[in-house]
Amino acid sequence: MTSTTSRAPLHAPARRRRPFNPRRAGAWALLVLAIAVSVLPFLWVLRTALSTNSALAANSASLLPADFTFGAFMRVFGLQSPADAIAEGGSGATIDFWLYLKNSIIFSSITTAGAVFFSAMAAYALARLRWRGRNAVFSLFLGTMLVPPIFTALPNFLLIKNLDLLNTMLGMVLPYVFMTPFAIFFLRQFFLNMSREVEEAAMLDGAKHLRIFFQIVLPNAAAPIATLALLTFIGQWNEYFWPLLVGSQDDVRVLQVGLGVFKSQAPQGSPDWSGLMAATLVSALPVLILFAAFGKKIVNSIGFSGIK
Amino acid sequence: MTTLAKNARSAPPQTGAPKPRGGYRRIGDLKIALFFIAPAMIGFIFFYVVPTIRGVYLSFTEYNILGDPTWVGMDNYTAIAKDPLFWNSLAVTGQYVLINIVLQTALALGLALLMHQVAKSTLIRGALLLPYLMSNVIAALLWFWMLDYQIGVVNQFIEWAGLPRVAFFGSEEWAIPTQAVINTWRHMGYTALLIFAGLQAIPGNIYEVAKLDGASAFQTFRKITIPLLRPVLVLVLVVTVIGSFQVFDTVAVTTQGGPVNATRVIQYYIYQRAFTESDFGYGSAIAVILFLILALVAFIQMKFLKGNESDLD
Repeated sequence: MTSTTSRAPLHAPARRRRPFNPRRAGAWALLVLAIAVSVLPFLWVLRTALSTNSALAANSASLLPADFTFGAFMRVFGLQSPADAIAEGGSGATIDFWLYLKNSIIFSSITTAGAVFFSAMAAYALARLRWRGRNAVFSLFLGTMLVPPIFTALPNFLLIKNLDLLNTMLGMVLPYVFMTPFAIFFLRQFFLNMSREVEEAAMLDGAKHLRIFFQIVLPNAAAPIATLALLTFIGQWNEYFWPLLVGSQDDVRVLQVGLGVFKSQAPQGSPDWSGLMAATLVSALPVLILFAAFGKKIVNSIGFSGIK
Repeated sequence: MTTLAKNARSAPPQTGAPKPRGGYRRIGDLKIALFFIAPAMIGFIFFYVVPTIRGVYLSFTEYNILGDPTWVGMDNYTAIAKDPLFWNSLAVTGQYVLINIVLQTALALGLALLMHQVAKSTLIRGALLLPYLMSNVIAALLWFWMLDYQIGVVNQFIEWAGLPRVAFFGSEEWAIPTQAVINTWRHMGYTALLIFAGLQAIPGNIYEVAKLDGASAFQTFRKITIPLLRPVLVLVLVVTVIGSFQVFDTVAVTTQGGPVNATRVIQYYIYQRAFTESDFGYGSAIAVILFLILALVAFIQMKFLKGNESDLD
């Protein structure tokens, strides 16, 4: 450290104009390494998914797919006959990722839509309306962020079971669909900073709260609401524990749970690696697409959620 | 835009907020507020408050799901105190948390500094964030493949380097560090972005003054960056600790507590007791203990953060 600083010229501008700066180059090299570690595994997954199992064993480190095939993807979507599947190293058990994909989309969409909308309503009441007990209620909501999910998961499982909703989509979405503490916190923050004047003008014109909420508050907060919906959707997409408890049966099984089942189906000793990696990729794809489309929104939200 | 124009003429009489009609408004607002908050309140009561109370109650009962819970007082807790598997799960989880704290914070801090120095582009930040957006299950399976003993690419490299292959998931001494490193991989970029946001918030003129005073890069880092970053670092630490205490997904998908008891972390043990062995009372009691541990962490955080509030101002 000291040697670099003593070698560095005294005048900062001169250093900036230099064509090659070893310190900056070193920093870049480390950064590129970190990016490689973050991104390359996904390319490796793709390469594996396009290989056949028998060829994988022989070419465990070649960069290109070993014996290129789409067989693994067909196997994952149940399009391959059991005989072909076994020939390519699959378990031969039927597995239908179309169904899991559909279930994941339904589960994530319903919970996201419900949680964001109802949380927006609550945040409106907590930020824009004046009533006694408002701050106490907000503190209570915020306090739930401290309760670890596993703690409420056991009694919630019993509740869903008592309601006879195990292995139904309704039972899976119920705990999430009314609100998430983070969504309320996130939106309240934005609503607090909105100018009160527009709202009061509308009120003078005789608009009711419901109209103000739908026609003024929601449109004005479209950007933060979109960010929140995006973050919530990704979070729900990746949810594993609760769907594992409540939605273990095939017809409501989501992708994350399906992945676990697929992995455990693999015969001991020679797992269906290419099939597993194809399934992994399928599970990751929707989030990858969202990230490609709205990456900037997601990245820029990180600073905010950190200040909670 | 039109609403804004309308607002310009009608706003002035309204801006002096607390008006005599305050008392009347309060009642009116309470009604409408109840309407707006009702759905969230239903979720809050039925899926947060009631289960929290029920969870505490269940921890004092014996309950195997089929019958009714029977009150057994402190029996579960005294049994837990003597349960070697519980203490093992605590030790294993502690090891996991510790590796995550050290490795994740150090790597993330380094990465954040690098980003702050040379590249602030969204694309680079996005690339580093990618693993965090993937589910735990995906992260676990991806590494389960890459670290495979037989044909995993990492072991292939290890062999080329002339070293013996490592059973990352299959050996007792490697299993928990492997799980911890997977978690670090997934969270490293996210944590770096949190710290990076903190770095951005430090006013640039402080650095200029330090430079004028002839401070070395290391001095500036130790005397300015770290103290001003402390609130963010404490937050990052707490998020890391609370998050890693609840490790479950990666373990459930890969090692399932094994080999032997090497990865039977707290949450996985709760899951096994409650769902595999249908012992809800016992599982709930361990969950209460986990809850208390996390509450303690949060409490320490608040004390820390209060102590540091003055740092940035």
